[in-house]
Amino acid sequence: MKTLATRKIALTGNYAVAHAVKMAKPHVIAAYPITPQTSIVEKLSEFVERGELKSSFVNVESEFSAMSVVYGAAMAGARAFTATSSHGLLYMYEVVWWTALSRAPVVMAVVTRTIGPPWNIHVEHNDILTLRDTGWLVAMAGDVQEAFDLTLQAFKIAEFAVLPMAVGLDGFILSHSTEPIELTPQEVVDEFLPPRRFDVPVAFRPGVPVTFGNLPSDNRIHARHKAALYNAHQDAKELIRRVDEEYGKLTGRSYGGLVEWYKCEDAKYVVVCTGAWCSDGKAAVDRLRARGMPVGLARLRFLRPFPAEWLRRLDLYDVVIVYDRDITPAGGVLGLEVKSVLSRAKVINIIAGIAGVDFDVSGFYETVQNAIGGKYGEVEFVI
Amino acid sequence: MLPLASPALASAGVTGTWRIYKPVVELEKCVDCGVCWQFCPDSVIEWERGRKIQIDYTYCKGCGICAEVCPVKVIKMVPENNT
Amino acid sequence: MTFRLDQLPKKKYVLPGNAACAGCGMMIGLRVLGMALGEEVVLIVPASCSSVVQGLAPKSSIAMPVLNVPFASAAAVATGISEAFKALGVRGHAVVWAGDGSTVDIGFAAVSGAAERNSDVIYVMYDNEAYMNTGIQRSGSTPKYAWTSTTPVGKREQKKDVALMLAVQGAPYVATANIAYPQDFYRKLKRAAEIPGFKFIHLYAPCPPGWRFDPAKTVEVARLAVETGVWILWEYDRGAFRLNPPSTIYRDRAKRRPLADYIKIQGRFAHLSDEEVRFIEEEVEAKWQRIAKFLE
Repeated sequence: MKTLATRKIALTGNYAVAHAVKMAKPHVIAAYPITPQTSIVEKLSEFVERGELKSSFVNVESEFSAMSVVYGAAMAGARAFTATSSHGLLYMYEVVWWTALSRAPVVMAVVTRTIGPPWNIHVEHNDILTLRDTGWLVAMAGDVQEAFDLTLQAFKIAEFAVLPMAVGLDGFILSHSTEPIELTPQEVVDEFLPPRRFDVPVAFRPGVPVTFGNLPSDNRIHARHKAALYNAHQDAKELIRRVDEEYGKLTGRSYGGLVEWYKCEDAKYVVVCTGAWCSDGKAAVDRLRARGMPVGLARLRFLRPFPAEWLRRLDLYDVVIVYDRDITPAGGVLGLEVKSVLSRAKVINIIAGIAGVDFDVSGFYETVQNAIGGKYGEVEFVI
Repeated sequence: MLPLASPALASAGVTGTWRIYKPVVELEKCVDCGVCWQFCPDSVIEWERGRKIQIDYTYCKGCGICAEVCPVKVIKMVPENNT
Repeated sequence: MTFRLDQLPKKKYVLPGNAACAGCGMMIGLRVLGMALGEEVVLIVPASCSSVVQGLAPKSSIAMPVLNVPFASAAAVATGISEAFKALGVRGHAVVWAGDGSTVDIGFAAVSGAAERNSDVIYVMYDNEAYMNTGIQRSGSTPKYAWTSTTPVGKREQKKDVALMLAVQGAPYVATANIAYPQDFYRKLKRAAEIPGFKFIHLYAPCPPGWRFDPAKTVEVARLAVETGVWILWEYDRGAFRLNPPSTIYRDRAKRRPLADYIKIQGRFAHLSDEEVRFIEEEVEAKWQRIAKFLE
């Protein structure tokens, strides 16, 4: 481990992301305001104006154009970053797909927020979960420090996997909460993150007549290209582990695999969740254990690549209680996905905290007991 | 990693088969001005000043623009089955 | 600038055997773009006829780098490429080659945004006055009265004058061009390449199947558009607004050919009465009067 001095500094989640982006030195940043993301790009514009960050900062007229700008920049070989939330992510959705199928290694922060109507700026995970089928790598930070670390790791993961990556952080809960965090020294970041290779996935340069995206002569060309995304996601699992391990050696902070296991070794019941409220879930686990209940928690750090190998381990437990801060007409997204890989364990899907409804330690504490006590059906709403 | 494409002839096949009328040039009357070369939408007219024009019938779609723009009207559109 | 045909590059930037319809006006323009700037550009092509004319991968009919992009995104993608090139020290131009639908309708916000922030992009809108790629549906750039498959009795609304809008916005360089005047288009492309910031060229490009005329007449229709005054060649070069030959002489209404010469050879106007043609003639004159105000 390096002995370089680390700085401890109090930052909001959004400012932590902005600092990480600054240290990654992207060539191009495209920005469009939306609450609760806005303070990320505001801070980045300050860095650029003060000369602390030599990026081209492009103010665009929509999120659709924000994603289009960073897509173009990435296809031309630049490191590129944007950030959005909720309706902004929905508005850029066509280009989100195009970016993944172009293998453009864009990094985007998604500060999660409720989808309307009615208008509602509070947290919910439905927005970032719309990325699940697109080909993007998707991670969710558990706290402000992880939001910082994941953002730095995201540039390396995206560029080596040649896939775009989204780093999610819960709106307001992380984005606007101040926590003391360690900033990685710039020299360490420079050692960790090599310059972007301009010729991957394609050297797009005047005088080099390559075409990308015209109609295929055989639809199997297109089909194979799409199937390659599946393989790229499988390969990304080992890459993510390696990048995190390397980051850990350099900074002393590493997070392990795609799933964090909390007190699961001797558990009979396991809570599954993602994002900031996992901290509340862990506190509830501690309280339940103090009362003798063998409960553990699995925090999904990555939603994509889909951590199937990790999730299959959940079949070892008697009851798996999946908390979704999102809602689809078929149930919660995580609930559906966890069920898809389990055959033995009883799965109860609790949909809570949607539309920004408060759900805290006592919420977990009570609902876990209810779930274990057989009071809940397969899908349970806690509102 | 990406299914790229490179510049090539016949990206949509042998387009000369689309032709119903064929442009036929009376080369002895051609004034070597290059106007047909300039306006051919398909780049099927070869032209170097002093060598007059040559039409690539493998790909010429027979649109007839060359015959229309020829200032001395020495390109005739002839029905394909008569040639 | 000299423009001798025999000194233009002979390299084929548009290759034979492509998927364009016979007599495609847009392809004439694309060849001029290649001759003017072929080695200095990357093309950004949104969904349009131009995405299809490239033919089938792994072949492409365009001998320039081409990135195909979503319908509404071209101006913004070009911005990203241009900013990346600047950051990475790459010389060259991000050039959008887009149809009228993507430019004046679905992608107009992105075009307007790129113009407002003065992104360093050359944007060429080839205007075939409808959604031709999907089968001749009305666009915001379809002229009044024209038949399309979604205006079966003729369009009731005016054509959007996007070039004029962008000139009023104050983009550094805005010009109109016409495939019948390749020399003028070539010069405008070269000029655009000299100017930093957002450049917009509105290229008139007849479409034989969409406008219902004989494909041999593409250049003639385009030329008649200028000679009847329907299409006005102008440029707005960093604050200076001027007409370009031959449109300069057609400012005088008496010098223009009768509008019927242009209307009568296009099937899309076949349903018009003589009275309606006279009415359009007045609208053409009104457009000239608008332009005249900018010339003062």
